[in-house]
Amino acid sequence: MKNINVLVTGVGGQGVILASDVIGEAALTAGYDVKKTDTLGMAQRGGSVISHVRIGTKVWSPLIKEGEVDILLAFEKLEAARWSYFLRPEAIAIINNHALPPLSVNLGNERYPGDREITNILEQRSGRIYFVDGINRAKELGNIRTLNMFMLGCVSSFLPLKVNTWKDCISLRLPPGIRQINIAAFDAGRKEIKNAHI
Amino acid sequence: MAKIIKLLSGNEALALGAYHAGVRVAAAYPGTPSTEILESLARFDDIYAEWSTNEKVAMELVIGAAYAGVRSLVSMKHVGLNVASDPFMAASTTGVNAGMVIISADDPGLHSSQGEQDNRHYAKIAKVPMLEPSDSQEAYDLMAYAFDISEKFDTPVLVRTTTRISHSKSVVNINRDRISSELPANFKYDVKKYVMLPAYARLRRPLLEERLVKLAAYAETSSLNRVEWGELHLGVVTSGVAYQYAKEVFPNASFLKLGMTYPLPEKLIHHFAAQVDKLVVIEELDPFLQENIQAMGIKVTGKEFIPRWGELNTGIIEKESHTADLLMETISQPTINIASELPGRPPLLCPGCPHTGIFFVLSSMGQRSTLHSRGKVKKKPKLIITGDIGCYTLATYPPLSAMDTTACMGASIGQALGMEKAGIRDKVIAVIGDSTFLHSGITPLVNAVYNEGKITVIILDNGTTAMTGHQDHPGTGISAQGKQTRAVKLEQLVQGIGVRDIKVVDAFDIKALRTSVRGALDNPELSVIIVRGACAVHVPRRIEPRAVDSEKCNQCGVCLLIGCPAIQMENGRVYIDTTMCIGNACTICQQICPQQAIGPQSEIEAAEAS
Repeated sequence: MKNINVLVTGVGGQGVILASDVIGEAALTAGYDVKKTDTLGMAQRGGSVISHVRIGTKVWSPLIKEGEVDILLAFEKLEAARWSYFLRPEAIAIINNHALPPLSVNLGNERYPGDREITNILEQRSGRIYFVDGINRAKELGNIRTLNMFMLGCVSSFLPLKVNTWKDCISLRLPPGIRQINIAAFDAGRKEIKNAHI
Repeated sequence: MAKIIKLLSGNEALALGAYHAGVRVAAAYPGTPSTEILESLARFDDIYAEWSTNEKVAMELVIGAAYAGVRSLVSMKHVGLNVASDPFMAASTTGVNAGMVIISADDPGLHSSQGEQDNRHYAKIAKVPMLEPSDSQEAYDLMAYAFDISEKFDTPVLVRTTTRISHSKSVVNINRDRISSELPANFKYDVKKYVMLPAYARLRRPLLEERLVKLAAYAETSSLNRVEWGELHLGVVTSGVAYQYAKEVFPNASFLKLGMTYPLPEKLIHHFAAQVDKLVVIEELDPFLQENIQAMGIKVTGKEFIPRWGELNTGIIEKESHTADLLMETISQPTINIASELPGRPPLLCPGCPHTGIFFVLSSMGQRSTLHSRGKVKKKPKLIITGDIGCYTLATYPPLSAMDTTACMGASIGQALGMEKAGIRDKVIAVIGDSTFLHSGITPLVNAVYNEGKITVIILDNGTTAMTGHQDHPGTGISAQGKQTRAVKLEQLVQGIGVRDIKVVDAFDIKALRTSVRGALDNPELSVIIVRGACAVHVPRRIEPRAVDSEKCNQCGVCLLIGCPAIQMENGRVYIDTTMCIGNACTICQQICPQQAIGPQSEIEAAEAS
């Protein structure tokens, strides 16, 4: 099998690392070779976060080559646009339709790109873009912090792993008290993609 | 034992490998990308693991344990080895009495470091063997080799990893149980081995050269170094993470994959070089392997086309190899970074950070903050603020812009004194965190007292080593293994050194902060201000997030100048993200708002409803 390259991006504090960990562990459980690596920068939170996950029969480099991402899973719109140049033609992009303006934008020194601009940037690489409403779906479930499991549900529709494998791996990573709501968020993510028309 | 297969980071694998190899004492000072090694080891309750005050202390502790006949390990980031290099060199001279391993985690690309350096050179300087893993499996496996080599050759062993190895997760087949000697610690008196008087050190000196010869012979046959034969038109010599990238770029070439990169197996390299038409070295950072191989009289290229700085990746090696005519196949069109014009997202101080208040005070007193968007003219900066290493280094960025130098751990105090002695007339302010002060700020403060410095030292005491992920330190009185120990009190320490003007100030009281900085600047003597406030990540409950009263707010933008990520703009109006604000524990924005437009969310909502 050809390797599958998943790039997970977002802003520190959104749960990007946990989500990419679960992708890696689910792939390992399913018997694949896996490598994953995070690029965090130096801060605890608030900065750009990028996680590379590679799945296949044999993975060499932990970093995905520019232009070879098969699936982009972006927790924030600007971060989706920022890493769009990593996409291969016809890659899938799943983007949480949510803006977190950086401080430079709040200070009026820089401008947050408009929705049309972001779509244009992504469409130069691929037309297979799914904008999902992760923040509102997580809010509907009663906990905005389930966003990462919702996003995992979305990406799971495109990976050759069984639903139960995903759910087992999610359960292993979370304390019992919050498992149920996170599994519900995962299911909501799967449903979101199923109902999407592109 | 039953085989267990796990996805482990390089650091977790190094720690588990060391544990299974029977390590009994481990020490470190936190530093990205090395921190998780000691964190992982500290979870085993049948070994002793500590956060030491700094890397030099950690190294010395581990040398002591090795002298006492116990397998020991010390881990640090690349620049940590600079701090620890003195005892490191000494340990090479004396040798050990039980396995001793030093892990140096280098940071190509400077993901979280003040400098990029290739610590492979340290193996050569110290004349010690060096091992380098290429993934987590190798990280786990080679720790067993490292301790064995250390004991067999009576030498400390350097294990060199890099950010991409330490912080990548890959599959590890855990196939060993812990081997641990139950022998009690036992120091064998031997002054000619352990007392490095010149007369005795001179006796040991030739032994280092003999040791290198024996190690080189070991390297010739060790399974740490292996040849992977492929097509013979190209032979690639490589190590570490570069091996993974090179395998993708040259899937059919022959490889000499080195797990032991010092001393090098000269015969093996000659043999490999003789079989292939063209020999190249693919390595990250300096031409370490290349120059050592060239010194053997072997024709080899590498750094003629592979960059000497920054982190490598498959794309860079592919592109440069193509340019150097090593790769004939047409490569995929290089992608253009169409998104490079987008606003950046640099890391920030957290909402509720105890550093924000003091830096806002320094920023305003030093005339640093300006709202460009509102047409204000930037003034000439006042005050010189020498800085140090920690989260607070982020105060260099706008809008705070309140740090003027940063070099290495503890440098702020010496630099400030140096500026004063050079003739800077205004009082120079040094800013340093609590963990950094304990690491290496004490001796320069002693120096400032002794040499009658007039500087002001601000110690930012947030009660943790925050930037590396909240490790404890001597000021917290809790050990790496979670044990309550004795805490060092900063004000007592500073007083004991002989500083007479000491103030302890609440990090969230802007007025008190301003008064104390003014007072210190007016006092012609050396002064220390301890700014105390818990790291925002440690605030247990977030009570009453702040909100903006839209009636009172005149959009002056002053609250934006503290750089709090919770304060945001939407459609030209300032609002506070209540999910991010830590509320009563901070209130800095409320204190500085000229319109008194910020208050507890419940009060603001009640006022707006009425």
